[in-house]
Amino acid sequence: MTVSVEKGLVAPGRRAGRVTLRWRGWSLRFRVRSVLVLLGSVVAISVAAVIGLLLGELDLSFAEVLRALTGRSSDPLATYFVTEVRLPRVVTALVVGAALGAAGAVFQNLTGNPLGSPDIIGFTTGAATGALVQIIVVGGGPTAVALGALLGGLGTAALVWLLTRRTGLTGQRLVLIGLGVGVGLAALNTLLVARASLVAAQTAAQWLAGSLNAVLWPRTGWTAVAVLALVVPLCWLSRPLSMLPLGEDVAIASGVPVQRLRTALVLLAVGLVSVATAATGPIGFVALAAPQVSRRLIGVPSPGLVGSGITGALLVLVSDLLAQHLFSPTELAVGVVTGTLGGAYLVALLALEWRRSR
Amino acid sequence: MSEARRRRLLVLLGSLIVLAVALLASLLLGSHALAPSRVLDLLLHDDGSTEAAVIRGQRLPRTLLAAAVGAALGLAGAQMQALTRNPLADPGILGVNAGASLLVVVAVALVGVTGIGFYLWFAFAGAAVAAIGVYVLAGTGRQTATPMRLALAGVAVSAALTAATQTVILLDQEAFNEFRFWVTGSLEGRGWDVLLTVAPVLVVGAAVALAISPALGALVLGEDTAHGLGVRVRRTRMFAMLAITVLCGAATAAVGPIVFVGLAVPMIARHLVGHDQRWVAVCSVVLGACWLLGADILARILVAPQELAAGVVAAIAGAPVFVAVISRRKVPAL
Repeated sequence: MTVSVEKGLVAPGRRAGRVTLRWRGWSLRFRVRSVLVLLGSVVAISVAAVIGLLLGELDLSFAEVLRALTGRSSDPLATYFVTEVRLPRVVTALVVGAALGAAGAVFQNLTGNPLGSPDIIGFTTGAATGALVQIIVVGGGPTAVALGALLGGLGTAALVWLLTRRTGLTGQRLVLIGLGVGVGLAALNTLLVARASLVAAQTAAQWLAGSLNAVLWPRTGWTAVAVLALVVPLCWLSRPLSMLPLGEDVAIASGVPVQRLRTALVLLAVGLVSVATAATGPIGFVALAAPQVSRRLIGVPSPGLVGSGITGALLVLVSDLLAQHLFSPTELAVGVVTGTLGGAYLVALLALEWRRSR
Repeated sequence: MSEARRRRLLVLLGSLIVLAVALLASLLLGSHALAPSRVLDLLLHDDGSTEAAVIRGQRLPRTLLAAAVGAALGLAGAQMQALTRNPLADPGILGVNAGASLLVVVAVALVGVTGIGFYLWFAFAGAAVAAIGVYVLAGTGRQTATPMRLALAGVAVSAALTAATQTVILLDQEAFNEFRFWVTGSLEGRGWDVLLTVAPVLVVGAAVALAISPALGALVLGEDTAHGLGVRVRRTRMFAMLAITVLCGAATAAVGPIVFVGLAVPMIARHLVGHDQRWVAVCSVVLGACWLLGADILARILVAPQELAAGVVAAIAGAPVFVAVISRRKVPAL
């Protein structure tokens, strides 16, 4: 196996090392910084996940958690807390965060606009409308609310698709139509909350803040399966996706079927957002912040799927840890923490980047 | 007269007629059914009757406030989109709504429920502080606040502030109950006191915003081009930000956060009159006033004798109009 290192210019004034590994007919070429950032994120996720399993009403040691996970623990309480309460919570946080981060990256690439995240262009809002109708009008339980959110999100996507069918789905039009639909639905949500009884309105507000407080196994499993089923084809499309920010002409000239690709990407990304919202309620800001944070850490012009997904997972997982333990025993809503943490972190990142760029 | 110019004048004339009709309708319609001649009579002479009190004390200030707030939001949106060169930029992006919301819920949580005359000041302070925070962040480093920076900084600051608001309303039931009505954006019960408090601020903001339209129009072409045309880039941006903050802050303080007017109205105006920023700004003023007046009229008559909130109606009824305009015509670039 041979290894070669080149020092190329990525952006003016910024040097980035690239490494190429060659073995027989195969070669693997990557940027050192990307790999380091991704590895660092994975390590951080592992640490956070372990902490998530250790801490709680009953603090456990690492050995106890390991025994509980492998089913060799003699303490039924520890086994219950680790496998039935904490593990689904950690898994849901990771899966939902990754789904939101990846979906955000798709939308931001498609629209070429960091504001083109599903939070802003209406798909999360549509899911919320479905859930609010269940909470306030029907009065359904958690499963009904999750189904309502799923239907709401997919219904919104269908509506946007119908509205853009005649004119074609360009990035800009997707944003504008999504924005129009989203603002209308957001107002509908406000109206629903304002006209509900105070009790129902408070339940709604709690759901709207996004929370991992009540996730249990069967639903966590379904969420994970659904997200996986959507992420795999998405990864398969990630290479042509990276051509889109270069402009439609370049993408077409490189053999990318732009129109079909866009439709497939939007459907997959909306599916991800809807599944994530159905599982936990709308966890705000992850879809917007994760791609922006990831691309700045890695140092590339447009956000990648894998990096954004991993950053999203880390963001939600750490936020949930803080939500649980920061003001313990009071549990915060995870969406509140992602907003604060993601917002503050993005502010710091921007300030740092802009200060350096004199 | 050139084709484009004639078209612009027609559009402006048309929207002024719509505005006049909307103003009149807003004065005539309401839970007190009165003949048009009687309403006009009461407007001119106060005869001391209950009806006079309704028309002069409630409908007139409410109508004027709806028009003023709508106009302010439309104008602020037009200048915001030109300043950031982003057709998705809504004045809310400056963090104005998020800042106002946070201080209102904090005020309720600390002091208790009082009334709009009291929230007004908190909302304005919150809006101003949030907007200043966004500018300071976007202006970090030697470069001035570029459009993309402003948008990103605004979104980041808004997210953090919204999260804080959510924390307060999840912890404090009274604050939540008050907030969920305030946030709908309503003109209900806004009288002369509110109108007279915000009017001077709105007038100053509008004057500044309109005065810098030509310079902003040049800035849309790019910083270098604008510089070449003799525009003082830094000063124009500063005045634009100041005017937008003042307009949105006062509007939000008066009626609560109204979304969408500042986004959709300038976009529609640009569809109608083309890219000359002066015309876009002027048309946005008139169309913004029409939009909110229309929403408030609908809000009063749709579920009479109850009322909906004008902000909610402005968004729900406006969304189809907006989508229709966007679908029919070429997408506006900026």
